[in-house]
Amino acid sequence: MAQTPVRFTLNGRETGLFVEEAANLLDVLRRGAGDISPKYGCGQGTCGACTVLIDGAPHLGCLTLAATVEGREVRTTGGMADGPGLTALQTAFMEGFAAQCGFCTPGMLMAAKALLDRNPQPTRDEVIEAISGNLCRCTGYEPIVDAILAASGQRGAA
Amino acid sequence: MAIHPGRGFACINYPIGMNLGGDPAQALVHATPDGKFMVTLSAIDLGQGMKSVTRQIAAEALGVPLEDVHVDTADSDTGPHDMGSFASRGTHRVGNAVIRAASEARAQMMDAASEELEVSATDLDTDGQGNIHVKGAPSRTITVAETAIAAQFKQGKTLSGRGIFLIEPSGVDPDTGEMSPVTTYAHAALVIDLTVDDETGEVEVTEINSAYEVGRALNPKLVEQQLIGGAWMGVSHALYETTEPYYPDRAHGPEDFNSYLMPGPGEIVPHNIAVLERPAEDAPYGGKGPGEMCANPVLPAIANAVYNAVGVRVDKLPITPEKILRGIEANGGAKPQGRPGA
Repeated sequence: MAQTPVRFTLNGRETGLFVEEAANLLDVLRRGAGDISPKYGCGQGTCGACTVLIDGAPHLGCLTLAATVEGREVRTTGGMADGPGLTALQTAFMEGFAAQCGFCTPGMLMAAKALLDRNPQPTRDEVIEAISGNLCRCTGYEPIVDAILAASGQRGAA
Repeated sequence: MAIHPGRGFACINYPIGMNLGGDPAQALVHATPDGKFMVTLSAIDLGQGMKSVTRQIAAEALGVPLEDVHVDTADSDTGPHDMGSFASRGTHRVGNAVIRAASEARAQMMDAASEELEVSATDLDTDGQGNIHVKGAPSRTITVAETAIAAQFKQGKTLSGRGIFLIEPSGVDPDTGEMSPVTTYAHAALVIDLTVDDETGEVEVTEINSAYEVGRALNPKLVEQQLIGGAWMGVSHALYETTEPYYPDRAHGPEDFNSYLMPGPGEIVPHNIAVLERPAEDAPYGGKGPGEMCANPVLPAIANAVYNAVGVRVDKLPITPEKILRGIEANGGAKPQGRPGA
C-alpha cells in the first residue's frame, strides 16, 4: 500500500513518519512512534482506551486516520510527568486509588486532561459526561470521578 | 403505569481459596547486597493489589521498612509455583507463603547480625526502620544494609528464605458426601435499593449499602477500592451482561462493546460500605481479602429487590427489561410486595 509522510508534534516533539494511507493514529503512535501509552481496547471507538489529545481536544486514536494529524499537536499519557513532579491530576489518580488493572487509565487521564484544560472547575455531572466514552471494568468509576474532581481547580492541574 | 421502588437483601458466606486438589502457593525472598529485599512470586497482580499487600506482609515479617522491599510477580520462569489469582485466594495463600519465606530470611539476617555484634541472635530485634539492635541496648546497633554486606562479602552467607503454604487436598467422603472445600470464610451482607418501571421494564439502581467481613483489612484503601469496583461488576452481571441472551440460540449475541452492555460512569450510585475486621487465625496477619466476594451478594440482592418492586421473580441472569415485562404480563400486572415498616 502507498505510504504517505505525516509530520506532527507528539508531546511537544517534532515527529515525522511514513504511514499507510488507511492507517489509524493509534497504530501509528504505538508501532511507528513507539508510544505505547494509548491502549488498543476495542478498535471501534467504544471503549476509549486509545483516547489522545489532538490540538487539545480528545479523540479516539483507533478511529482517527493518521494522515489527518498532519501539522497538528498530538498529546498522549506518554508525555505526562513520570516520577517526581506529577501533575495534580496524576497525583489525584494515585492517591484516590483511581486505577486497578490500569488499562483504561491512559484514556481516562487524557479525557480528564481535556476537560480540566478547558474547564478547570467542572461539576460532577460534567466530569461524568467527559469520561462517558471511556469504559472501566475495575473501579466502578467512582474513584476516577472523585480523583478528577480532587484535581480540579488546582493550578496547572492536568 | 408507574415506577415502583424495591429493596432487596442478600448475605453470603464466602470461601477463601479452594482445596479440592490441594492449594499451594510459594514465595522466595532474598536480600540484595545493599540490604533491600526481593520477594519473588509467580502469583499475579491483576490490579487487585497483590504486589502492594505481599510487599506489606514481607516488610512486616522481615522487620524492615516497606520501601526496602520489592515484589516481582507473574513470571513462572523466575518465580516459584503458584496456583494463580482466583477463588479470592491471593492474600490468604500467597500472604502465608510470603510470611514463611520472609521469616526464614529474617532468621538468617539476625544470625548474620549476631555474628557482627557478637551477641546471641535471640537478644536482637529490628526497629522496622532498617536497623537491628540489642534488646534493651538500642545503642548496640547495626543497619540491615551493613548486615547484608557483611553476610555476603565477609561471612559468605545468604539472607534468603523459601516459603510454601499448602492447603491439603480434601477428598469427598464416599458415605456422607462430606468434604472441606476451604479453611476460612469471609462474609458479606448487602442491601440494594432500586426502581422498576413497569412500562419499560427498566431497572435503575439507586443506592447500595453493604457490610463486609474480610478478616483484617491489611490495606484498607485497597479493600475499599475492590468493594466499590466489584459491586459495579455485580450490578453489571445482574442487569446487563450476557454473551448468550437467548441460550442456546446464538442469535442476538453481542459481538462487541456496542452490544455487550456494561454500566458507564453515568450509572454510579451512592455505595456505603462498612468493613468489619475480625482477624482470621490461619490468615496472614488476619487478612482474608475481599476478592470475588465483592461482586457476589449484589446479584441476589438485585433479584430480591426486583421481586420486592414488581412481584416478578427472575431466576435467569441478567435481569433484563424483557424478562421483567414478561413476568409482569404473566402475573396480570405489577404486584409490588411492599415492605414492613416502609
